[in-house]
This record gives sequence, structure tokens and C-alpha cells, in this order.
Amino acid sequence: MTARRGSVRHEVRLACTPERVWGLVGSAERLAEWFPGVTSCTVHGDVRTVVTGAGLPMPEQILTVDQHLRRFQYRITAPLFIEHLSTIDVHDLGDGTSLVVYSVDAEPAPLALVIGGAARAALLGLPDVLGLASPR
Amino acid sequence: MARKILLVTTDQQRYDTLGCNGGSVARTPVVDALAAGGVRYERAHPQSVVCMPSRSTILTGQHPTTHGVWMNGVPLPANAPSVAGLLHDAGYRTALVGKAHFEPYLDPFLRFPENAVPPSGTPVGGTHRGFEHLETATHGVMGPLHYARWIRTEHPEAVDGFYATLDASLQVNAAGGGDTGAPQVKVNPVDRGCYHTDWVADRTIAWLDSLAADDDWFCWMSFPDPHHPWDPPESEVGRIDWREVPLPAGYPEDRAQREAILDAKPRHWRAWYDGTLVSNYEAPAAWVPATLTADQVREVNARNAVECELVDEALGRVLARIGERGWGDDTDVVFTTDHGELQGDFGLLFKGPYHVDGLLRLPLVWRPAPSVGAVPAVVPGPVGLVDLAPTLCAIAGLEPPGWMEGRPLPVDGADAAARGFERVLTEWDSELFGTEVHLRTLMRDRWVCTVYLPGTSHDGSEGELYDLVDDPLQRVNRWDDPAVRSLRTDLVADLWDAQPPARADRLALEAPV
Repeated sequence: MTARRGSVRHEVRLACTPERVWGLVGSAERLAEWFPGVTSCTVHGDVRTVVTGAGLPMPEQILTVDQHLRRFQYRITAPLFIEHLSTIDVHDLGDGTSLVVYSVDAEPAPLALVIGGAARAALLGLPDVLGLASPR
Repeated sequence: MARKILLVTTDQQRYDTLGCNGGSVARTPVVDALAAGGVRYERAHPQSVVCMPSRSTILTGQHPTTHGVWMNGVPLPANAPSVAGLLHDAGYRTALVGKAHFEPYLDPFLRFPENAVPPSGTPVGGTHRGFEHLETATHGVMGPLHYARWIRTEHPEAVDGFYATLDASLQVNAAGGGDTGAPQVKVNPVDRGCYHTDWVADRTIAWLDSLAADDDWFCWMSFPDPHHPWDPPESEVGRIDWREVPLPAGYPEDRAQREAILDAKPRHWRAWYDGTLVSNYEAPAAWVPATLTADQVREVNARNAVECELVDEALGRVLARIGERGWGDDTDVVFTTDHGELQGDFGLLFKGPYHVDGLLRLPLVWRPAPSVGAVPAVVPGPVGLVDLAPTLCAIAGLEPPGWMEGRPLPVDGADAAARGFERVLTEWDSELFGTEVHLRTLMRDRWVCTVYLPGTSHDGSEGELYDLVDDPLQRVNRWDDPAVRSLRTDLVADLWDAQPPARADRLALEAPV
């Protein structure tokens, strides 16, 4: 037996307010600014189309942009994916810092690792993008 | 001028596939001749039995615990030490042609530099991991590597002839083919000259031809074969009739005997065989080893042998070119692989957390530059791939740096004894969607001793202990044998005492492979 569906979660704590982080990661059209290997992205309504470094167009459906909860959810709808849901949550830790959690669920399972691995690199790059000190 | 260095690796090749090691299926006269004129190692072991950790060990001279690539899919850090970097800094021209795999292959974002080397072969920034020239290939024809791009562009008609290494679910493909329906077997009508083995040799020759006569150079020529899929050019398959290939000694043909042997090992062996547990990504998830037939073992071994012969012949072409350039007397050649292949042993194929000779015992031949007048020798005791990087340093006249954990290879048995080559360590760690397996193994004297750490299928009390002299096929697990209890205690203590220093940070799994 092997898992058909994979689930991966990564997180980073940042030395800045959640509003500042959310201003970046909660803005669908700004993905290429902080997600490595995304060369362009366009948004039309709830459809976002990402082009990867390998030249692959990756269509996505934006499911949730909750400004109060600071939650962004999207589904990759490329044919390779039987199912996919990624969730980005920005938590206020109450001390001027934030916790960003990126969760990826996908079938086939290997795609959860692929998307999750890139998401982790994106999280680790946020301090640079936001001009902050290294992750705490 | 310094000695030139040709490091030749294959992927997933067993010790017993070479004629010089007693193999009788494949003809390997080129490597056999290197062995006859150099040093042949009878107990060369990898520090991991999968590609990325093992290749990272070759490059860094460190154990996986230290370099941090603890399973496939964990990228070697960009700032990891590299013997190629040392050689480059010492004035060597450096190249890697063929399979690198220090960084994950499943990379749609093209995040990893290894997958984004420009067509020229010159890495962005001038070098990558010390290599000034990188032309990459792997087993298939998809993806961004140089060989795949070349064949899709220059020979698009050949693409469909190759076996699809992954299935639609991005799992290692279980589909069968050939005459027996064996997994990862396909009849491939590709012209031999377009197959990746000859491409690697061609590109190596092209790089060598680009060098000046007085350049010192280090070339890692890295063949993707005989790793599955077993889809060598159809024109060559007729060299070996699978029907005439003997079953390997490690394959118990009687089902009851086979299953009794498996039942005496830690439980994940039988669970994989029965198809109830797939602990790692490297074997087809949808394939159940219990379905493997004797004829399938024969056909896999035949095709594997064809691939070994093609590698041998390709190496012969490269050596001939080196001779034509006038470098023959000054070139050291090291031939080895990254890990082995079960290839029918215990009724299994492929690889995984199974520390037995099929995966642990590797071909290793070092033919020193003839100009140094080395005496041909055989080293019977254990050495590791961790010793390769220091050996390359020694060949180049460099002192191996302190971060290397191996030592320059012994040149004969007496040298091995005098310098205390007594033990080799191998490790396995895998954590994949909730299934984890952790093994630590020591090869010392005549014993293979493996301890298990707690994981999904193990509580940490399990182990394996094999006597390589009395039980060369490792069928009798003596872990619980009271007659060797004190020996087991000694080996386990030695194993833990000899563990290399671990990285402070644990690297993340970033892709399946």
C-alpha cells in the first residue's frame, strides 16, 4: 500500500506584523514576487495562471481570500492533479511577529512533495523579500 | 602536469555484473582490463543504497549523516563541499557528463541549478559544485536535462520508444513489458547511437576534445544505466537470450523457501514482498514482488547485462580517445557505481531499506595512471565510496581536507591492513507520507550488522546479522542467535562508536526524487 494522497505542511516565523506579510502572500497577483520558480502569474477573476521556470503553465482556481482570517486557498487545476488544495495562513503571534503556515494536499501524492518543497523555499525566502532578519 | 582523472560511475550496478568479479552474463572486457592493470576491490560499499545520498557522498567524501542528504528528494546544499571544487581550484579543468542527481529531478519550477544548466553546458556563474562543464542525463527522455532535450529535438521519433519511468500518478512505473511482462522492461527501437549510454560517451569525448593537450582535467563520466528501466536499444538485446540466463544464486526459486527466508528478516521485508507496505519511492508502488516469476528475473538480468556491456563498450571508446590525445599513461581511471540492485535476490527487484550484498556490494576498480608504475592488486577488505573523494585528492597531489571523512583508497591488501581499513558504515533513512524506516549498518570482518531504529514497522529492537563467509547469500539472520550474542554486542557498540558527526540542522525533503 502506498499513499495516493499526500499532505505536507511548512511554516516560518517572521519578525514583522501579520498585516505586512498578508499584504504580500494574500495578494494573488504578487505570487511571482515571492515564490521561487514562478516566472509570471496572471489573475482573471478567480482564475490564476502561473508559468513555472520550466515553462509549464499551471492554472489555478482561487478559493479563499479571507482578509480577516488572513487565509489564502487555491486549487491547482492542471490535468496532472487529480486533487489539490493549498492553504496559506498568516497567524498573529501577538508580539509583533507572525507565523506563516503553508499546507499542501494533493493527489497524486508525489505532487504534494513537489509543491510543498517549492512552498518551503518560498517561505524561507520571505525575510529577504520583506527586508527582514532571518527566520526565527 | 598532473595526473588526469576519469571517474566513471554507473547507476545501480551489482558487483557480480563484471567479468572481473566473477560475473558470467555480461562481457565487460574494458573494465576487466582496467582491473587487471590496477586495483580491484572485493568489498566496496556505498554509504547509502539510493542515488542522491550516495552521489553526494562521492562528491563530498562525507557520510549522509554529515552532508545531510538523508534520502532521495533532499537536495545537497548549494554550499556543500565538493572534491570537484578542490580540483578546479587546484587548476584542473572539471566536467560532469551524464547523471548528476545531487538535486531533485521532479522540479517543475526549475528551482535547482542542476536542472537549469544552459545548453552550452556552462553553469550559470561559471561553475556548479566545482564543475565548469555539466551535460546532464538520466534514465528517461522527459524533463530539462541535456540528453532529454537533445533527443526530443534531434530524434523526436525515438521518444516514444523509451519506457516511461513514472506513471500518470508520478509513481515509479510498474508497467511490464518484454517477453515476460517484467516491470520496467520495454522493447526500445531507439538507434544505439541515440541511447543515453553512447550519448554520455560522445559528450565526454567532445569535452575532452575541447581541452588543450597540457590541461590537467577531472571528468566524472556518469552513465544512467544499468538502473531501470531496462529498455536498452532493441538492436542489442539479442546479444543475450534471457532464456539461457541462469537464475542468480540469490534467487530462491522455491516459493516456500523464499518466503521462509523473508520471514526471518525484519517485517518490512515480507510486507513489501506481499505488497502490503511500500516504504520508499524508489520501487514501483503498484508492483507486488510476490508476483515476480523466474522468467522475469532471467529477462531483467539479461537486459541489465546488455546495458552493462554497452557501458563497457562506451568506456572503451572514451579510453581510446584519451589514448589518441596522448594522455593514456597519465590518466587514472576509477570505475564504480552509486549502489546496487536486488535483481532477483530474495524474489525482489529494485532497491530500498534492505542492507544486503545485492545493494551493498559494489564494483570498484582503480587503475592508477600507468606512468606511476602501480602493481596490480586485489583488496579483499571493506572500503567505502566515502573514500573516493580523498583518493581523487591524492591522485591530484592534494592533501584531503579535514571535512572529508574517508581516506585515500588502499592500493593492496597489505596497505589496507597497515592503514586500518576495518569497517564501513551505511545508513538508511526514509520518511514518506507517514511511513518511516531507519537503519544503521556496519560491515566489519566477515559480518554485516544492521540495527533498526524505531519506525513505522519497527520498534527499534530488530536487527540483522549475517556471516558473509558461512552465509554469503545472507539468508540466515543471526541477530537473535545466542551463539553470536557477544559478537553482536561488540559490532553494535562499534557501529555506534564509529558514527560520523551529524549536521546541526536537518535538511528538508523537497521532492520525491
